[in-house]
Amino acid sequence: MQKNTGIATFLIRYNIFLMLALLVVASALLSDVFLTPQNLWNLLRQLVPLALVSIGMLLVILTGGIDLSVGALAAIGAMVVAMLLPYLPSQAAVGLFVGIVAAIAAGALLGAVTGALVAFFRMAPFIASLAMMTVARGIAFMMSNGQPVRFPRDTGAADLMRAFGSGALPGIGMPWPVLIALVFIVLFVVLMAQSKFGRLVIATGSNEVAVRLAGIPVARYKFLVYAIAGGLSALAGVVATARTAVGTANTGFGLELDAIAACVIGGALLSGGKGSVINTMIGVLILGLIGNIMNLLSVPAYPQQIIKGVIIVFAVLLQNISGETKRT
Amino acid sequence: MPFGEEKQMHLSMLQIDKAFGGVAALQGASLEAFGGEVHGLMGENGAGKSTLMKVLAGAYRRDSGEIRLDGQPADITSPHEAIIRGISVIYQEFSLAGHLSVAENVLIEELGRPGIRVPWSEMVRRTRALLSDMGFEDIDPMQPAGELPVAYQQVVEICKALSRDSRILVFDEPTAVLTRHETEKLFRLIRLLRERGVCILYISHRLEEIFTLCDRVTVLKDGQTVGSWPIDAIDQKGLVRQMIGRELSDLFPPRKATVGEALLEVEGLNAGPMVRDVSFFVRAGEVLGVSGLVGAGRTETMRAIFGADPLQSGRIRLAGREIVNASPGEAVANGIGMLPEDRKHQGVLLDLPIRINAMMTPANPFISAFGFIRNREEIAAVEEIAKGLRLKSAGIDISAGTLSGGNQQKVAIMKWIAAKCRVLIFDEPTRGVDVGAKIEIYRVMNELAEAGAAVIMVSSDMLEVIGMSDRVVVMRQGAVAGELLKHQISEEAIIDLAMGMEA
Repeated sequence: MQKNTGIATFLIRYNIFLMLALLVVASALLSDVFLTPQNLWNLLRQLVPLALVSIGMLLVILTGGIDLSVGALAAIGAMVVAMLLPYLPSQAAVGLFVGIVAAIAAGALLGAVTGALVAFFRMAPFIASLAMMTVARGIAFMMSNGQPVRFPRDTGAADLMRAFGSGALPGIGMPWPVLIALVFIVLFVVLMAQSKFGRLVIATGSNEVAVRLAGIPVARYKFLVYAIAGGLSALAGVVATARTAVGTANTGFGLELDAIAACVIGGALLSGGKGSVINTMIGVLILGLIGNIMNLLSVPAYPQQIIKGVIIVFAVLLQNISGETKRT
Repeated sequence: MPFGEEKQMHLSMLQIDKAFGGVAALQGASLEAFGGEVHGLMGENGAGKSTLMKVLAGAYRRDSGEIRLDGQPADITSPHEAIIRGISVIYQEFSLAGHLSVAENVLIEELGRPGIRVPWSEMVRRTRALLSDMGFEDIDPMQPAGELPVAYQQVVEICKALSRDSRILVFDEPTAVLTRHETEKLFRLIRLLRERGVCILYISHRLEEIFTLCDRVTVLKDGQTVGSWPIDAIDQKGLVRQMIGRELSDLFPPRKATVGEALLEVEGLNAGPMVRDVSFFVRAGEVLGVSGLVGAGRTETMRAIFGADPLQSGRIRLAGREIVNASPGEAVANGIGMLPEDRKHQGVLLDLPIRINAMMTPANPFISAFGFIRNREEIAAVEEIAKGLRLKSAGIDISAGTLSGGNQQKVAIMKWIAAKCRVLIFDEPTRGVDVGAKIEIYRVMNELAEAGAAVIMVSSDMLEVIGMSDRVVVMRQGAVAGELLKHQISEEAIIDLAMGMEA
């Protein structure tokens, strides 16, 4: 490597942060609404489901797998919590807690089925999760015969749920869901960097055979990441539902693709072993910003999709360049 | 040119340099070979043999130097150009399309010709002619190449080269995958080609092969040509000295281990067709060599002991106590570690830091009750182990893939030292590492034995089996063919057992 490439190396290595900064600056210049706290908090609030799902997706991708069922599992989470609301214990907080835990458990359970197929029955992750995607979506529709489930009017749990979905921390105005997302981001950053679990998930994706020959029960970790991804997806569904105060089986439609895009923009390798939670969250922000700025500029929906696709390609090309630079 | 006086092919490679990212692979390497000779190319792993041949074949572009064919400068810059000039390489990994027929593989260029019609019957006819010319009428040109035994796939590769009228044919360790019988057949074929004036460059690590087959031998070391000799002007000892640059006795550091009681005993092991009724034992403080031909079932036996492959029957005792290793995890829990033969794919995580590589076993003691890593202690321990192994790296946070082969192997060993294993199985521990690193790995094995560990060393390197082992178990066709005590160990004795020739 040449000597005078200090700046170039820096630019390439942190290109994803630069890209985010560039998008923020461009957005601020293009629209005077963009930098208002309300717009920003709103943007973040909307991105919480994608952030949660992307963490789960990243874990799966790190092991060298893929999970196409995360969007459908978000729908399961949304439907479970929405349908349980009328029957939850009268004490609001306890009731809501039970509802959310039930939703997460349902998602984790279905995720675990995918995980078992992949880890213990050696099924290709693409196929196993594709099957789970259609099964879970089908279950979500069957739960209410395809009808949206409105939150009940008079229960404490439902009110608390609405407050959680649209309310914010007093003072700084941070929406509650954003706080939840932050908690999970910190949890998984620490878990991936400091725990045996995180280390072995990355190691498994880097070279599964070598890790197995080091005596590690690799299948157990592969199984676990799908269960975790399922639980996080269901939680994402709960958050999405809380915002609209209605549970629909359409929740999280196409979310899996955005989550994969976020991971890849964040530099994760689909073959496994490489990727970080922070960078994936930057990927989520980049995706969100693109959508936000185009909405503010009233770009119609269809061209938006095209622009988004092109930007994803560019982001990944940049990542490839930086990956090659690091290798030499 | 008058009839019958066809000029002999003459290849010369002069002062070839080639560097990869600042690391010199070739530094002024030279080679001179003629048509009608089998020219051996020898040297340690990493000496530059394969790089030199890839430069010749146009797979790598030389940085400087000259290639001459029949005295004319030949600027070979692409594989295509090498083929046009009549240079073909039979690589260790064959480049056959397994689903296509033998004929399609041999004449694969025909498939790329413009036009819709593929001259099938013509292709089959030509392939059959080529095969029978070489004495392999029994290969069916219509058969998918992937269904052929390995030896015949190699014949198809050679056939492909001959179909292009190759004048220079490079073999890169062709016998590594062959049985003795197949090797003899290959040698006959090579001699036939020699008679027809083909120049054959033959890379091999096996001294016996070089001396049976070659007319001349060139030795490379550290990217430079050490010298070139007619085969009857040099003996085995001399050749080894030229290759490693020192006397053989300097290669194996002395060991001061006290051999104790039997630590690992296996009895009547059965695991698939490659492990049949295998019994042996290894004592504490002992290095047990396990020798045999490639495919004799050595690796399979070790994998079965380690729990990597299922065991059908048999008993394993550790210090007299019967144990079951249903998975590598259980073997590690029992204090058994295994260094797999395929380092890059099975031994190390190339993209991850040394530290993670060293601490990825379930026996990592630096994990707290909640599954979190006790960083400071772990870093200190990894650095300590790295120091003990004399690991050459810029720190324990750099990825293992940036290290040399020998240092990568040390990284693979680190995890078993961290896991404090009492039984260590080393499967081809020095494959693909340079002499310096070899000596270091031998030293590590010695230190482990001196500390009371039982070391099993599976190796195809005759020198290291003889130089390192206290005792040798020789395997043949999935069974133990015999055992040699220290004073009985010799190349002849091992080969006799490996080949099944009873004394």
